[in-house]
Amino acid sequence: MFKTLVARARQGNRTIAYPAQDPDLPALFRGRPMLDPEKCVSGCARCVEICPTDALRVTERGPELDLGRCIFCGACEAACPEGAITFGRDWRLAASTREGLVVSDDRAIAIDALGRELRRLLGRSLRLRQVSAGGCNGCEVEVNALGNVVFDASRFGIEFVASPRHADGILVTGPVSANMKDALRMTYEAVAEPKLVIAAGACTISGGIYREHSETSAGVEGLLPVDLYVPGCPPHPVTILHGLLRLLGRT
Amino acid sequence: MTRFLATSNAVAVPAEAIPVVEIEGFRGEVLSAVAGGARLLLLTGLSRGHEGTRLLAALADDARGEIALGATVVTSAYPALTPECPAAHHFEREILEQWGVHPEGHPWPKPVRYPPGGPPIGAADFFKVSGPEIHEVAVGPVHAGVIEPGHFRFNCHGEQVIHLEIALGYQHRGVERALRGGPRKASIHLAETLAGDTSAGHATAYCQSLEALAGIECSPHALALRAVALELERIANHIGDLGALAGDVGFLPAAAYCGRLRGDALNLTAELVGSRLGRGWMKPGGVAREIDGEALGQLKRRILVAERDMRNAVDLMWKSSSLRARFENTGILTESAAAELGVVGPPARASGIDRDARRDLPGPVYASRRPAIAVGDTGDVFARAFQRWREIEESIAFLAQVLDDPGSGAAMTAMKPLAPNHIVLSLVEGWRGEIVHMAATDGAGRFATYKIVDPSFRNWYALAFAMRGQAIMDFPLCNKSFNLSYCGHDL
Repeated sequence: MFKTLVARARQGNRTIAYPAQDPDLPALFRGRPMLDPEKCVSGCARCVEICPTDALRVTERGPELDLGRCIFCGACEAACPEGAITFGRDWRLAASTREGLVVSDDRAIAIDALGRELRRLLGRSLRLRQVSAGGCNGCEVEVNALGNVVFDASRFGIEFVASPRHADGILVTGPVSANMKDALRMTYEAVAEPKLVIAAGACTISGGIYREHSETSAGVEGLLPVDLYVPGCPPHPVTILHGLLRLLGRT
Repeated sequence: MTRFLATSNAVAVPAEAIPVVEIEGFRGEVLSAVAGGARLLLLTGLSRGHEGTRLLAALADDARGEIALGATVVTSAYPALTPECPAAHHFEREILEQWGVHPEGHPWPKPVRYPPGGPPIGAADFFKVSGPEIHEVAVGPVHAGVIEPGHFRFNCHGEQVIHLEIALGYQHRGVERALRGGPRKASIHLAETLAGDTSAGHATAYCQSLEALAGIECSPHALALRAVALELERIANHIGDLGALAGDVGFLPAAAYCGRLRGDALNLTAELVGSRLGRGWMKPGGVAREIDGEALGQLKRRILVAERDMRNAVDLMWKSSSLRARFENTGILTESAAAELGVVGPPARASGIDRDARRDLPGPVYASRRPAIAVGDTGDVFARAFQRWREIEESIAFLAQVLDDPGSGAAMTAMKPLAPNHIVLSLVEGWRGEIVHMAATDGAGRFATYKIVDPSFRNWYALAFAMRGQAIMDFPLCNKSFNLSYCGHDL
């Protein structure tokens, strides 16, 4: 017992100060891509050719990037001879609409908080059931991290529960493999109304690199009504936490 | 292995150099090699022609550091190897599912992944134990935690598990099919997400395949950085598993500390490449970027600090008698069962099998230096937990050496076209165990077949075996002590 207490003192308090302070992210962190239409002069479309998920297109107004497809590999930034695409450090990437994920400049991505009644119901206690539907365990690792002492989502009343019957919504990961489609639908149906759906990761939002595989449904779009889209491959835990807190009107 | 072609890890050979032996001779070669101590690395369909389906076997001779390749051609059926070589059991089920060739005499030729076009998932018989008071417990595919899906069917007598059948396939995404005709721009990302917690492991195996087929060599610096990536991945996952095991028996201090320390290890990877899971680090031809001595020196200081905190956290575990009471003598996998089933990685070593691809079949990354290999003996949950801690210690000691001397040379060597009509086996000892990739090119130098064997493919059955006679309440603990990948199995 004494040794356990000594270890407790030694291990210290590790919970991050976010949202009171900005998170401490690594120097090379690839966050919100910033697109500068002014710099896209030649319209060479090298970014379009190199993108592994075809997330980019070049319009008359310059490049346009779909964060719902982007895996944040940075290949477009490296390929652009004019420096029109740069991956910034902004971790705030989630959106409440699918269209909101398509960016062509550096404006903030919109998240609409839930309505007053839902905020009253869920704002201080949100219980989610996680469903991996072809998720590679990358997104699952980062969702799991929300439960550790560093990100500690439970300090906001956000917890992952064992049964959909105990949940206020589901957080889905993966491109929705054909073999998980029924189980995902049944899990969603088992959650009592009102219920939320959160799509975490490029695969879940658009199918990501699996979007053309006949073995998947190219994500949840069209299968379930999504309340929050969290881009990334996988999204950083802080990106997921930010999206959830904004949805609940907590930041 | 007299008639098979001898090669080694990440060395491409012309397809025509691989001997094609008639099925009886092929079986004889494989069975006598396995009886003589060799291991079945791979048994798979390779191509289909008018004469039948070509099967490829790869055998490892760990003592000599050699891989032997041999092929045969079969039509609609052939006498299964499984009755005499249990390690072939899952490979032969896969051959039936992927190639429609029936392994006659296989005791349980069920589908493996239920790809589109075949029977719907779950539409298969489960093994039934009969007798008075026998009952079944069905769990999944959606489980209680934040974890991938799979179905577990227990046949129990009271609380005791007589038999567990594990039915997977829910995560099938068609990666092997999609790789055919490549490499394409998304191929490396498919490799990185074969099992998302093993991005460095699978991406390294993939890159090694391409480099061998292109006939290029990575710089010593790039290879050193691959070793850094692989060992950081091992440390992060092992310490995370130790925390999860502590959590499963309600020992929360270690669960909390190890959860944080796993994040610290992931953050070290993020400092080097931006992604906590090392996405984008491996490239065919090398690694994403050179890293200077100062950054690597800083990494060394940080990993040594983390090691002290890890030691502090796991010491609490080993000194807790209530934790040990749950870990010891639970879920025993005997050395002979592990050997017969072809189990790999930490579960094999925890059962006393002294085998690790980093030493036995090292490939380019571990060719010149490697960590010491820890081996356990008791094969229970405690052994698999303690094995992880010993591997963390050895990995950190090895990392310290590599970080002091990170080699020289450029991050990238220019890729060349892949040699046409060649075959390569690429092995990497990932944190879960030996990863095997097999790439075969067509006449144009594109992938005709790309086969992936995640360590989970060979280890899932070991979990079912370890559960025999156990209390059903110990299943989560046993499961965590293996911590296998669903996606890696289902691909």
